[in-house]
Amino acid sequence: MLKVLKPGLYLTIQDLGRFGYRDIGVPTAGAMDVESVKKANLLLENDENDAVLEITMTGPTLQFDADTYISLSGAHIAATLNNEPIDNYAVVKVEKGDILSYGRLEQGFRGYLAVKGGFQSEKLLNSRSQFYPVTSKARIKDGEEIPYKETLTYKPKISEVKIEEHFEENTLKVYKGPEFSLLSDAQLTEIFAKPFTVSKENNRMAYQLSELITGHSHSMLTSGTLPGTIQLTPAGRMIILMKDGQTTGGYPRILQLSEASISILAQKKYGDELLFKLV
Amino acid sequence: MKSYPISIKPFGERAVLVEWPDEVSESILADILDFMDAFKELKIPDWEMSVAYNSLTMVYNKDHLDFEDTKEMIQACHKKQGQSKTERVQHLWTLPVCYDLEFGMDIEEAANTLKISVEELIKQHTSHQYVVYGIGFLPGFMYLGGLPSSLEIPRRAEPRLKVQKGSVGLASKQTGIYPQDSPGGWNIIGNCPVTLFDPSKKDPCFVKVGDKIQFESISKAEYELHKIEGEVGIYKPEKVVLNA
Repeated sequence: MLKVLKPGLYLTIQDLGRFGYRDIGVPTAGAMDVESVKKANLLLENDENDAVLEITMTGPTLQFDADTYISLSGAHIAATLNNEPIDNYAVVKVEKGDILSYGRLEQGFRGYLAVKGGFQSEKLLNSRSQFYPVTSKARIKDGEEIPYKETLTYKPKISEVKIEEHFEENTLKVYKGPEFSLLSDAQLTEIFAKPFTVSKENNRMAYQLSELITGHSHSMLTSGTLPGTIQLTPAGRMIILMKDGQTTGGYPRILQLSEASISILAQKKYGDELLFKLV
Repeated sequence: MKSYPISIKPFGERAVLVEWPDEVSESILADILDFMDAFKELKIPDWEMSVAYNSLTMVYNKDHLDFEDTKEMIQACHKKQGQSKTERVQHLWTLPVCYDLEFGMDIEEAANTLKISVEELIKQHTSHQYVVYGIGFLPGFMYLGGLPSSLEIPRRAEPRLKVQKGSVGLASKQTGIYPQDSPGGWNIIGNCPVTLFDPSKKDPCFVKVGDKIQFESISKAEYELHKIEGEVGIYKPEKVVLNA
């Protein structure tokens, strides 16, 4: 078991997501920055869908009760194992009783902790991703214990990799959404000519942008939405749905983020700047 | 049955949106369900489809899509739909609702606004069959169509931060049930003791798009009984098979 001594700001168990249940209103959930999760799992020679911990801004304090190997990825949050600094994208051996803790957030917003074999929390509707009410809790609290398998020895094929990070990237690639044609020339100029900033309202469900563009009075029947769908409210607010976002919505879907851009956006926080580029 | 024209739009890297004429109608919904039956018969794994009123979102979970190839496949399928051998089974579900003031905290105000008595509101709400046009917004939340215009009232000016699980609400042309505690701005007129989304079940949501719902007024005692029966798993809502 991994004992959670302190959970940090927002700690959840995530795999790549829960697929096949959108017809009954269940969002995919899953890791916000899929790219970083895949790399952490790859180093441990895990399945890419093995469950990891998603850490948001401030890291947890965790104690291991069995030997294993871990790798960290995503945001740079100064991590230490028994007070010794450890790097992202390196296989690190941990022993029974070891304590992993995190310090200052240096870059990015969401970090990942992968463990050899993946975390073994209960699978519900084919996934371990935490999402209430599919899982009984939305996130991990103090004192909880997360199961994993003991691994005494492991010789990784690659023990460390240099990764080209996407934290500096602030251009999001977008496709035309189903209601793209509703946008006026003036709105198009507003969207593509200047940067936007991430508002305080940003979480696993959606990222809102601070700047408004010209609004609209178009009303439409509720229709499907996906992670990465950008909705435009009548007041001119752009809302980017993320992994926990609802499966249907009633606002025009003007743009759709590329999947790689969802991972880029997952590492942005309040006040960060973004640009859109149509592909 | 006549088939409607469809339009097919790309929706990101692994989804397409198929749209039928822009209206809420049972015959359009039947056409969408026919199309889905025909598509399912192709037995291509990793596709998931979700209906909302006049549209179908089709997501391919395995890989990125080639839009033109996908469009052709969908058009071919649309042309030959309606020849499905398996008869689609649709149900009419009777869902109990307790309209007691303890649950329906807005029912008196709603009746006042509608200029009818509380009894008349309940009578009208329970005398119609509502069509399930989609499930979304929250897991197990049904978009119901067919509310009589005499029960149309605007949303509350201020949404509540917490609406109780099972709450039955009215808001403009819609009526519906909150499948779990949630913030919400609908006028709450009662509570349904039936769990609409249960992730521990193999089929977590027994209602399907295309089914119909009729509400039945129950007393507080019956409500408590159904609630307990539901918790121990012996309560099943009444259903009848509709001819598809």
